[in-house]
Amino acid sequence: MKILLKHGRVIDPTNGTDTESDVLIVDGIIEKMKPNIAAGKDVQVHDLNGMIIAPGFIDMHVHLREPGFEHKETIETGTLSAAHGGFTAVCCMPNTNPAIDNASVVRDIRTKAKQVNSGLVDVFPIGAVTKAREGKELAPMLELAEAGAVAFSDDGAPVSDSENMRRALEYASMLDMCIIQHAEESSLTKGGVMNEGFISTSLGMAPIPSIAEDIMVARDITLVEYVQARYHVAHVSTAGAVELVRSAKAKGLPVTCEVTPHHFTLTDEAVRSFDTNTKMNPPLRTRDDVEAMKEGLRDGTIDVIATDHAPHSYDEKQVEFLYAPFGIVGLETAIGLAFTELVHTGILSVEQLIEKFSINPRKILRLPSIKIAEGEKTNITILNPNYEWTVKTANFKSKSKNSPFDGYKLKGKAWGVVNNGVIYISL
Amino acid sequence: MPLSSRHLLGLEDVPKEDINLLLDTTTNFREVLERPVKKVPTLQGQTIVNLFLEDSTRTRVSFELAERRLSADVVNFSASVSSLKKGETLKDTVRNLEAMKIDMVVIRHAAQGSPHFLTKIMDAHIINAGDGSHEHPTQALLDMYTIREKFGTLEGVHVCIVGDISHSRVALSNIFGLKTMGATVSVCGPKTLIPKEIEKLGVNVFYDINRAIREADVLNVLRIQLERQDRAYFPSLREYREYFAVTKERLKQAQKEITILHPGPINRDVELSADVADSDASLILHQVLNGVAVRMAVLYLLGTGK
Repeated sequence: MKILLKHGRVIDPTNGTDTESDVLIVDGIIEKMKPNIAAGKDVQVHDLNGMIIAPGFIDMHVHLREPGFEHKETIETGTLSAAHGGFTAVCCMPNTNPAIDNASVVRDIRTKAKQVNSGLVDVFPIGAVTKAREGKELAPMLELAEAGAVAFSDDGAPVSDSENMRRALEYASMLDMCIIQHAEESSLTKGGVMNEGFISTSLGMAPIPSIAEDIMVARDITLVEYVQARYHVAHVSTAGAVELVRSAKAKGLPVTCEVTPHHFTLTDEAVRSFDTNTKMNPPLRTRDDVEAMKEGLRDGTIDVIATDHAPHSYDEKQVEFLYAPFGIVGLETAIGLAFTELVHTGILSVEQLIEKFSINPRKILRLPSIKIAEGEKTNITILNPNYEWTVKTANFKSKSKNSPFDGYKLKGKAWGVVNNGVIYISL
Repeated sequence: MPLSSRHLLGLEDVPKEDINLLLDTTTNFREVLERPVKKVPTLQGQTIVNLFLEDSTRTRVSFELAERRLSADVVNFSASVSSLKKGETLKDTVRNLEAMKIDMVVIRHAAQGSPHFLTKIMDAHIINAGDGSHEHPTQALLDMYTIREKFGTLEGVHVCIVGDISHSRVALSNIFGLKTMGATVSVCGPKTLIPKEIEKLGVNVFYDINRAIREADVLNVLRIQLERQDRAYFPSLREYREYFAVTKERLKQAQKEITILHPGPINRDVELSADVADSDASLILHQVLNGVAVRMAVLYLLGTGK
């Protein structure tokens, strides 16, 4: 199949590229990249009118829910949602049933991912740190890595036990792989449903204090300094945690972190609606925390934007706030929110946005870097930064619609993606 | 002028005019309750469901009496006998009820915001009879009515709420309503039972019960839930009693008349000594009587749109 992308603006921050060009893709390989390529026979032509061609975006924090919770999402619907949102790859978290704590589950997910949606979206499983994510015995990390796991996490739950965390960090460091921590000191959060502060007090809701996150990040950084192993904080949400990561980086420690679009967009004020789509863990924090997320993104403390895409079925969220499960979907709003909240407000340049959605996560996961050049495999996300649109959750490709952003007006969207020889156009 | 909302979900953001209307209407129904025949035909033909998904005999009885005295048809629905036990969701439960043509729902539920949730999924008037540790507006209204009855006004009266503020369903509604009406509000209890940033609601915080007694005109003493000590909010009931109980000696030391309210049920000799509970300073039984009248006022104003 031949695809000709006319009038693109190729931006690749890894080598400082920012050029206007046509791109001719033949069977998934970039055959030619220069201005004014003539459309030959049997060529599918798309005029991009100056839209941005970027290295393919990856969301390193996604819950695909398969195996075990296929009523919420499947590998097929989750990866379609990813493609529609502008991602050519996702990492799927191991809180499945069974958990991704043995090689056969890793292999099953990878096999399935290649079969659905013509293999358009690469799926990189994240293995569990502990067996069944119970926080007790280490999962077989060497075996998981060999089968294709790209990092380890007990996400949804922290690795609470300090000894276990220390050993996990040491063990994973043999592979030069990251432990991704859901940073939460659970003894401080029991029963909590929202951020502790004025709003939780006004609503009489059981609180989750921000220090529960700070304390776990601080402990982990202490361990990291001691054992010199790579550590990544999942969905950072507090000003305190960002500051801890900042000072760890200043010391040269191998610490990285990610933030979700909802944590740089919304505050706990949103919970006043009692909308269960404002319930997630970590919870929405305060205005000061949101500002700290933006500052962390701006100064490079926060390396990655990841969604923590957490699908739950309609009925599961149509309950009392107290009983609703934590989590929201994020794949189809991430790029729009990032452009609207970060790029159009001058906090990030387009190049920095691309780093946080593509370059940095691939570095952290030790995935091969993407090159947009003749002779290379095509793995690109095409962005329309000025496209204005309104979020309609009913139109999501994800099986679940649990998003607090229904009706939001956003500026910026993925036009489409090309990967593994397949083009997907979402606009 | 009718109430500005067709539901009573809480007292946060309820305007002063509404609260005055509710309290003034309560006076009318207090008068009805003094009659030999304590019944009016106001809500004849209206059907009210008391949806009590958490046990609360006294609030349910108070609502039920209020409803019957307004001649409404009353259906009681409690968690222990309901389909919720069998795994039915609240949404399905209330949709089923609504299909049976219900005009009003009085809901008591452990989950904060559940009355607000009902307003999104059904058309009936919703009255919050306590949603977890969030609001319990009729309790606060009856407390305010009782204080107003005694002092003639709420303006400038200092009310101190004593005890487990964090887990109370009474404290927030009282704070919201009393602040709106111009009262001075403070809270007193162990720091572990006072939620963060409560000062931002415009209340003073005391950790010393003697100071609270010195400064307040009214103590609204909350029930200490005995299970709380399991989670280390305070070391023991003995210690709580020693340092936070409202006792005769403490009141005597302050040498002033003070009014005692308690939403009940009382743990005698834990948060409140028996001699105080049964003293003239205690308006606890007035509260209970006023509770029926307040609930009649709420039901009447919502049910008739007046």
